Amino acid sequence: MSAPNKSYDPVEVEALKPEEIERLRDEAIAAFAAATDLDALHEAKVAHTGDRSPLALANREIGALPPAAKADAGKRVGAARGAVNKALAERRVALEAERDARVLVEEAVDVTLPYDRAPRGGRHPLTTFAERLMDVFTAMGYSVAEGPEVEAEWLNFDALNMGPDHPARSTQDTFFLKDADSVVLRTHTSGVQIRSLLAAAEPPVYVICPGRVFRSDELDATHTPVFNQVELLAVDEGLTMADLKGTLDHMVASLFGEGISTRLRPNYFPFTEPSAEMDMVCFVCRGESVGNPDRPCRTCSSEGWIELGGCGMVNPRVLVACGIDPNKYSGFAFGFGIERMLMFRHNVEDMRDIVEGDVRFTLPFGMEI
Amino acid sequence: MRVPLSWLREYVDLPTGETGRDIQAKLIRAGLEVEGVEQLGADLKGPLVVGQVLAIEELTEFKKPIRYCQVDVGDANGTGEPQNIVCGARNFAVGDKVVVVLPGAVLPGPFPIAARATYGKTSEGMICSARELGMGDEHDGIIVLPPEYEPGTDAIELLELVDEVLDIAVTADRGYCLSLRGVAREMAIAYGLPLRDPALIDVPPANSYGPLVKVEDPAACDRFVARSVVGVDPAAKSPIWMQRRIQKAGMRPISLAVDITNYVMLEMGQPLHAYDRHRIDGAITVRRATAGEKLRTLDGVERTLDNEDLLICDNSGPIGIAGVMGGAGTEIADAVVDPETGEVNGTTEIVIEAAHFAPVSIARSARRHKLPSEAAKRFERGVDPEATKAAAQRAVDLLVLVAGGTAEAGVTDVVAPRPVHSISIAADLPDRVAGQEYGRETVVRRLQEVGCTVVGTDVLVVTPPTWRPDLTDPNDLCEEVIRLEGYENLPSTLPNVPAGRGLTDAQRLRRRIGVALASAGQVEVQNYPFIGEAVLDGLGIEAGDPRRVTVQLANPISHEEPSLRTTLLPGLLGALHRNVGRGSTDVALFELGRVFRVDGTAETLYRAPRLPVDRRPTEDEIAQLDAALPRQPYRVGAVFAGSRDPQGWWGKAQAWTWADAVEAARTVADAAGVELTVRQDQHTPWHPGRCAGLYVGEQLVGHAGELHPRAIKALNLPERTCAMELDLDLLTAGGAAKAEGPKISTFPVATQDVALIVDDAVKAADVESALRTGAGELLESLRLFDVYRGESVGEGKKSLAYALRFRAADRTLTADEASAARESAVAEAATRVGATLRG
Ligand SMILES: [Zn+2]
Repeated sequence: MSAPNKSYDPVEVEALKPEEIERLRDEAIAAFAAATDLDALHEAKVAHTGDRSPLALANREIGALPPAAKADAGKRVGAARGAVNKALAERRVALEAERDARVLVEEAVDVTLPYDRAPRGGRHPLTTFAERLMDVFTAMGYSVAEGPEVEAEWLNFDALNMGPDHPARSTQDTFFLKDADSVVLRTHTSGVQIRSLLAAAEPPVYVICPGRVFRSDELDATHTPVFNQVELLAVDEGLTMADLKGTLDHMVASLFGEGISTRLRPNYFPFTEPSAEMDMVCFVCRGESVGNPDRPCRTCSSEGWIELGGCGMVNPRVLVACGIDPNKYSGFAFGFGIERMLMFRHNVEDMRDIVEGDVRFTLPFGMEI
Repeated sequence: MRVPLSWLREYVDLPTGETGRDIQAKLIRAGLEVEGVEQLGADLKGPLVVGQVLAIEELTEFKKPIRYCQVDVGDANGTGEPQNIVCGARNFAVGDKVVVVLPGAVLPGPFPIAARATYGKTSEGMICSARELGMGDEHDGIIVLPPEYEPGTDAIELLELVDEVLDIAVTADRGYCLSLRGVAREMAIAYGLPLRDPALIDVPPANSYGPLVKVEDPAACDRFVARSVVGVDPAAKSPIWMQRRIQKAGMRPISLAVDITNYVMLEMGQPLHAYDRHRIDGAITVRRATAGEKLRTLDGVERTLDNEDLLICDNSGPIGIAGVMGGAGTEIADAVVDPETGEVNGTTEIVIEAAHFAPVSIARSARRHKLPSEAAKRFERGVDPEATKAAAQRAVDLLVLVAGGTAEAGVTDVVAPRPVHSISIAADLPDRVAGQEYGRETVVRRLQEVGCTVVGTDVLVVTPPTWRPDLTDPNDLCEEVIRLEGYENLPSTLPNVPAGRGLTDAQRLRRRIGVALASAGQVEVQNYPFIGEAVLDGLGIEAGDPRRVTVQLANPISHEEPSLRTTLLPGLLGALHRNVGRGSTDVALFELGRVFRVDGTAETLYRAPRLPVDRRPTEDEIAQLDAALPRQPYRVGAVFAGSRDPQGWWGKAQAWTWADAVEAARTVADAAGVELTVRQDQHTPWHPGRCAGLYVGEQLVGHAGELHPRAIKALNLPERTCAMELDLDLLTAGGAAKAEGPKISTFPVATQDVALIVDDAVKAADVESALRTGAGELLESLRLFDVYRGESVGEGKKSLAYALRFRAADRTLTADEASAARESAVAEAATRVGATLRG
């Protein structure tokens, strides 16, 4: 470093000659442009803008100039350093962008790699189907009632107008408990209906009773000794068969879509009078397969209707057995098997698949149905 | 009930164009369950004609004897020449009339007929059996016709081969439809046409010189009609028309007398019985059996009678179970041909019984003796007591007409007085039940159509017809009106249901548990609740364990599994085994369901009172009903085998372990909003060192962990199978804690790690509990992040490393405050479990 020299003429300081400064500036800019990566740029930066770079040294020489020359030299050096720094910054941005782009390319992965790590779970469609039904009816104001699976015969049969000689009360249909008197595995959830009526001080009673029931059938493609039912009971003043029909229509439209309705056919059940068999319009062909051999329908066997289950007006004798005045109150009830509904709604061909607990059956049904 | 249309049309003049399908639709709407319409002879095509066998050549060179026949078929073959036919049957002789199908015809199948070479001859058609013509499934050779038909006569018409048959599933309340008479009545109403009632025939009045009958139990037999016919030709056979109707109705023609009783039963619904009069000893008596009495019934079975059985007897003892099945001893004898004289010997004098029995008595006897006969089926559902005389008359007429008999003048008719049962209903009751206005006039007309007599205006006094014993209550009458007006015409309305409260807490909890466990990778199953000793043995559950005290079934599906489950594990492990066997080796299953537990030996258990149904049971009686039932708590269980995280490009497989089983229990408890405490436990069938007892407070609610290797081996399960089972009722007994809205501190967290050395036997839960207590209020959370065993910590020791997070609600903690809390935590751990700070 030169010592201050008060009588120095600026033009005589080599490093501060205008042409020299321009050269240094251009050299630096060229070096930055020549740098192909950030490391090279860093080297060029140290060489051309560092403390020992010619421009830095030149800058220091300014102090030695006479005051008259200082401003002029300072301006020139400052402009050159400004241009150099600008070039450096621009080059850095460009190189960083290049580097970032390269890194992202290098970090690319095969996103199609399978990632089947998390174990897959699922809920049984019998459960979710029953829930779906409960939701339809709780939305209408019904409550969901439950009761024991081992049930007293009075609640499972007698109170439902199924007297001691009713054919269902035989070992061919009903599981009886060993060494027991009048206790069975419930053959329907109707006992829960009776319990609901007994529990209510006075109607109205609007309940839906889902649950497991038992009949002494062997397991085969269409039968199972243990199955799930949903039964409904409404007891109130002035209930009619038209109300029953409307409730059924609402249910099938909720489950199978607008425009699907039901029809009733006379039938016989001890616990309802009048009684009916209920069918719904086939939700697949909507009846268009009937008499149309070109468009057969597997779901309804081209009948146009699908059988759902039994229903009717609560037999006044049932109300009497529950201490409810049949002259003041009337009611309707229906019931059907969830397995059967699951089979035709989801095209399940074999009952055994529903009951055997094979995970391959259950998984596709997910969490809701 | 199978109903041939050709027969049905005898009673109602249906429009000729009406098909079986049309009638089916009409009857279904009226409430008859017409399950199908069978099209008889739909694909049948002639020529099918009567032939007479002219000559038979026996061909003996084949494995079975074959006949080469020349058969006269009249002009049916166009030439009038005999037809050459090969036939394998042997039940015919030269001169017999047979049914011949000629080339060009099509038999049911469809089975086209052509002349063809067989057994070295050319067969120009076939001699037909009943089966080949779709008439029945008899195997006994070809049809031999009565001699009166001319060769060449069209057999399709003769044998009434083309017809439609309705197949009706008759419900328990419509016994009258187990007859042509009943179905015809429904059809007449459905079409608005008059009915020709077959029971409206001339019947002579009862007199005192008919067969002797004594009824000792008039409550069980309120009507007994007996008639007799003499001079019956034992050789007489049922005419073809009668046989065909019986066949089409689904029964088998047997012999003339039996066919006639069956025919009349099908026609009128009244079961009849025919006795050989020579084999009855004295008066016919109706009485209850005395226990131990025996009877050989028509089917050849010797039956021991119950004192509830209603019997038909004579001086020799029982000769039939009333309304169910006759005895072999008084059966109509088979016709036997005397080989020397050619005379036919057999029954020539017949007594016809047409009686009315109490349905319950018949039902019980039929069930007791496992004899669901056609007669019992009808009596059980109710038979028209007023049709007895007409039915007996009809049988007598047929015996006279077809068998050349002579009706005796005696008519026995034992009648017990029957009260007339009338029902009073408001004339608008059907309207109120249906929710639709029919009006009094329609109501009265419909009731009259079904046969009721109706009087009154606002209140109708209705007397049902004798063939409708099912009409007992006002609502029964409403159903008649509503069904005939058409269920399909009911309006569709919705009741005003009061506002509901949605699902109960318990119901919502089960949903949350299902979703939580399924989201955690488990698959729900619903297993049968049936178990046997074998699986309890396999699990190693010992005698005296409450899970050994099972509810047992009297009539289980399998005698291997006669009990109801006391734990969910057998079903879950069975399903696990099935899945693994089918190749799903990495599997986690759960089930939500009831188990059945017997606690103690209360005398009330399994003893449910038989209560009346004409009133509400008292609260005490309801309590007795409940006391008869075992406890049926809800449980949740889960089982695990194989990998939870399979081997993949990310690394090695991670197995389902005891810890996942415990975690599943925590998942359930979280869903229930209950704090679960885990303690080391030993409980069958879990591994004694890998079994967690699950507690809510001091209440044990279940177990989780790895199964005992012995149980795994005994039940053939994958190694290291794990399981969890929780009693939901116990889990939620204390109710769920209501979540308190947490106060969120925004001051910075101070994190401190600590590694403690403790004896190997010390439980992590105890260390954690000590740390929490010691750390005090500033502790926000604590997490065990490492467990280390090795030389550096010493033999029989382990190092537990915890990350402690401290935070205050109102200030930034200083380093000193955090360190002080940490030291206090360590000090507490040192005091409680002898922990020392590592390194
Ligand atoms: Zn369809």
